[in-house]
Amino acid sequence: MAPSIGTPVRRKEDYRFITGQGTYTDDIDRPGQLHAYILRSPHAHAAIRSIDTKAAAGATGVVAIFTGADMAKDGIGGLPCGWLINNKDGSPMKEPPHPVLADGRVRHVGDPVAVVIADTLGHARDAAETIEVDYAVEPAIVDAAAAVKSGAAQVWPDAPGNLCYDWGLGDAAAVDAAIAKAARVVKLDLVNNRLVPNAMEPRAAIGEFDRATGEHTLYTTSQNPHVIRLLMGAFVLHIPEAKLRVVAPDVGGGFGSKIYHYAEEAIVTWAAGKVRKPIKWTAERSESFMSDAHGRDHVTHVELALDADDKFTALKVSTIANMGAYLSTFATCIPTYLYGTLLAGTYTTPAIYVETKAVFTHTVPVDAYRGAGRPEATYLLERIVDLAADELGVDPAELRRKNFIARDAYPYQTPVALQYDSGDYFATLDKAMAAADYAGFEARRREAAGRGKLRGIGIATYIEACGIAPSAVVGSLGARAGLFESAEIRVHPTGSISVLTGSHSHGQGHETTFAQLVADGLGVPIDSVEIVHGDTNKIPYGMGTYGSRSLAVGGSAIMKAMDKVIAKGRKIAAHLLEASEADVEFKDGAFTVAGTDRSKSFGEVALTAYVPHNFPHEELEPGLDEQAFYDPKNFTFPSGAHIAEIEIDPDTGHLTICRFTASDDFGRIINPMIVSGQVHGGLAQGIGQALLEGCVYDKSTGQLLTGSYNDYAMPRADDLPSFALSTNVTLCTHNPLGVKGCGEAGAIGAPAALTNAIVDALKAYGVRHVEMPATPERLWRVIQQNHPAQAA
Amino acid sequence: MYEFTYHKAGSLDDATKLLGAEEAKLVAGGMTLIPTLKLRLAKPSDLVDLGSIASLKGIKEEGGGVTIGAMTRHIDVNRSSVVKSVIPGLAALAGMIGDPAVRNRGTMGGSVANNDPAADYPAAVVGLGATVVTTKREIAGDGFFTGMFETALGQDEIITAIKFPKPQASAYQKFRNPASRYAIVGVFVARTAGGVRVAVTGAGPCVFRVPEMEAALGKSFSADAIKDIAIPEDGLNSDIHASAEYRAHLVNVMARRAVAACG
Repeated sequence: MAPSIGTPVRRKEDYRFITGQGTYTDDIDRPGQLHAYILRSPHAHAAIRSIDTKAAAGATGVVAIFTGADMAKDGIGGLPCGWLINNKDGSPMKEPPHPVLADGRVRHVGDPVAVVIADTLGHARDAAETIEVDYAVEPAIVDAAAAVKSGAAQVWPDAPGNLCYDWGLGDAAAVDAAIAKAARVVKLDLVNNRLVPNAMEPRAAIGEFDRATGEHTLYTTSQNPHVIRLLMGAFVLHIPEAKLRVVAPDVGGGFGSKIYHYAEEAIVTWAAGKVRKPIKWTAERSESFMSDAHGRDHVTHVELALDADDKFTALKVSTIANMGAYLSTFATCIPTYLYGTLLAGTYTTPAIYVETKAVFTHTVPVDAYRGAGRPEATYLLERIVDLAADELGVDPAELRRKNFIARDAYPYQTPVALQYDSGDYFATLDKAMAAADYAGFEARRREAAGRGKLRGIGIATYIEACGIAPSAVVGSLGARAGLFESAEIRVHPTGSISVLTGSHSHGQGHETTFAQLVADGLGVPIDSVEIVHGDTNKIPYGMGTYGSRSLAVGGSAIMKAMDKVIAKGRKIAAHLLEASEADVEFKDGAFTVAGTDRSKSFGEVALTAYVPHNFPHEELEPGLDEQAFYDPKNFTFPSGAHIAEIEIDPDTGHLTICRFTASDDFGRIINPMIVSGQVHGGLAQGIGQALLEGCVYDKSTGQLLTGSYNDYAMPRADDLPSFALSTNVTLCTHNPLGVKGCGEAGAIGAPAALTNAIVDALKAYGVRHVEMPATPERLWRVIQQNHPAQAA
Repeated sequence: MYEFTYHKAGSLDDATKLLGAEEAKLVAGGMTLIPTLKLRLAKPSDLVDLGSIASLKGIKEEGGGVTIGAMTRHIDVNRSSVVKSVIPGLAALAGMIGDPAVRNRGTMGGSVANNDPAADYPAAVVGLGATVVTTKREIAGDGFFTGMFETALGQDEIITAIKFPKPQASAYQKFRNPASRYAIVGVFVARTAGGVRVAVTGAGPCVFRVPEMEAALGKSFSADAIKDIAIPEDGLNSDIHASAEYRAHLVNVMARRAVAACG
């Protein structure tokens, strides 16, 4: 059988998706199901004087109404934060409570206040409109940089100055010394704009309680059902794991926003137990905007020191990161260990220091969003490198090459904790520059100028740390969870195979990629491999999918389980073939006595395992069903070079992307079509951040101004060019597949490449930096404010 | 949405009668109304659907111009060989409204009656000097749009058609809101026997004409002729997508481009 690894096998899951036959949470209806409507705060900050639910309780169809006080009576806990960050002085971060339903105060627009459960959603909503909440509105703060200033409205009394933590990493003294004797220090202030994740499928949850067995079930739009089971069961609702099943069926996109344990999951699970009926909640899009964890929202000052040979000698970064009103599940690790540790990038900068102040504001919690910390790190690094090239008058590609980590320097220890195992940044950059015809750009710039257009080109290189992570390492950094992955290979008697994975597919195509691994590994047709995921009653304890980890960690667990299947199969085959186990080799789906034509097919061995008439019972148990847990030895380090070429219409500020070229190193590629798809999606979101998307809160009232698609600009097909993609492979050295991960690369590389291209296009206007999103008005203003008379 | 009673009107008389209910609303495609209902921003008692009144649909060449039934969909205006040959600028404008789903459901009468400040058709009605025909009278385009979401229509008055005179040349240029794709600024320019007309949508609370540009273009129909005519930003819309200053600037740019597109 021809190997399927490396070939663009069509996605097995697409039949059900493109024919509309997927089963998403909202597609599930349980017998007797009721509907929940969540009453949310219209204010950014207010004390709740009283909640009057009397009229609502008597409204048509209403079964129950619950508030925070009802949950408190049942001893329901708050939503937990999964990562402890310590301050520079070693003291722990401030970790205020995160009530499921408001505890007498609301802290952002959309904060859940009460839940109405009724026979229909319409009735629940009608009743909710009659609930009278007496709010005492108080001043709100939404802007992270303003939140740390004196006089700012305070979110939590126990977090003075709205400070959650003040964290640092690296050698501050060495950095200051290097800056003091640098030939040049380039400085820049920049903002990494706040984003709303906007998965196509809004979040949804169904809670159910079986009185007969005492088992609670939660169907939810999650990227990691076991994590939800652990967090909700142990910390919020106090339900033992064995009595709590969490099912994440087909999920329509996550991008990080469906990692976290949300209030609505706890509300429907708890309330279903109270009313003894299944309860469904599905977010409306407006609710998604005000309750899904947002992404990014950093304000940063960066300084890069260079010596006389244009070598980077030090990098100093100071960031204020917005946490929102509460700490979402993994919020605290994003602007620290997924950000500061990435600041070496692709470069040999010997001294790096980063400090991050995380602050509370009256906004939706902020957590990981596609890239999670790494786009922020890449953006500031690639902006400051471009700015340095501009100030030095050298080609930005040349300056990068001069500072790249050498091809033979791996494993490379960065000054910010990570050890890169492999990479070749020269090769990816060369490949991207050739594909983008970088050399021919100036001619295209001149041609565009002839048409009155400002054309620019921008390069960004990036490194990311994926496959999170060695459990012992993340544990030492404050993670309150392990980060391994699990797999079970269940070979059935007639040779078909169920693969139970702890990874979760919400668009990534695992049902195909993982099946390719098993088809090749066991020499069976891909159609006989079924991937099972997303149900804690079916799969082994797994950590789920985020941080581009599924293949590197989940795939490696599958490889390990497969090794065990083959090892046992070899023993069975040796018995059948009356040969020594050491002489039996497994290849192309058959166990063969080396050097002979005596062999047993994989199917014969599987059948023997379950019909063990002729079987080595004294040595082996029947069955062919193996489980493995894989805890990675290190992160993986995908890298790449992205090149954007754009044109700006100076009359309107309208921008057109003329070309976008990406050359990425994802390690071994299992399915190139799926990898391209992942890069396309990531680029769309990265381009969205750079040009279109920006979550805006009103600074005085704390109202969410971009609360719908009328005001929050998502990238559409016609905003995007046809992407020119290529890959350059260096293998990961420490996982069995040599894979690195590809899910986030596009979102990481694109923002910096585009901003660099924009600044290049506006070079003649003396522009140093343009903030994201580079909307038409923002570009037009930059052009207006920098009068063409100053143009070179 | 809140509960309401749905009626499928069989005739204009029927519709007029049904419209007499206290909080009745017409449905003429529903591209604005249905989202408004879903967000519970409106609470009509009755919805009167005009979708099956055949006499409200269709495009006719008459009186040297084009008469378009109120319930004619954007897609039909965009694809009509009559509109394309008599007023190509109007056919092109219809093709720029919303997205394919909106163009396949939304109607000219619905859009004009709603008078969204960022809608496209009001620019064409005013820019071409069209006449709005209702169940009661004929209203000149210039007097029809009275303010943000306000028109000259009475409570029980229904638009039946819009009569567009044939211009010598016309074109519409639109700068889209990157999020909603509505017009941040849209400018319709028409060169007619009675003079040049310049109508602007999106920029202000209601469609408006720019007499200084019309006069300048009357003397010399070229983009250069209006290059230095600045639109005052006072009274223009200002939001997170575009300030009044930017909109004022875009009116000039879009007007010049529309003139150039008139050929």
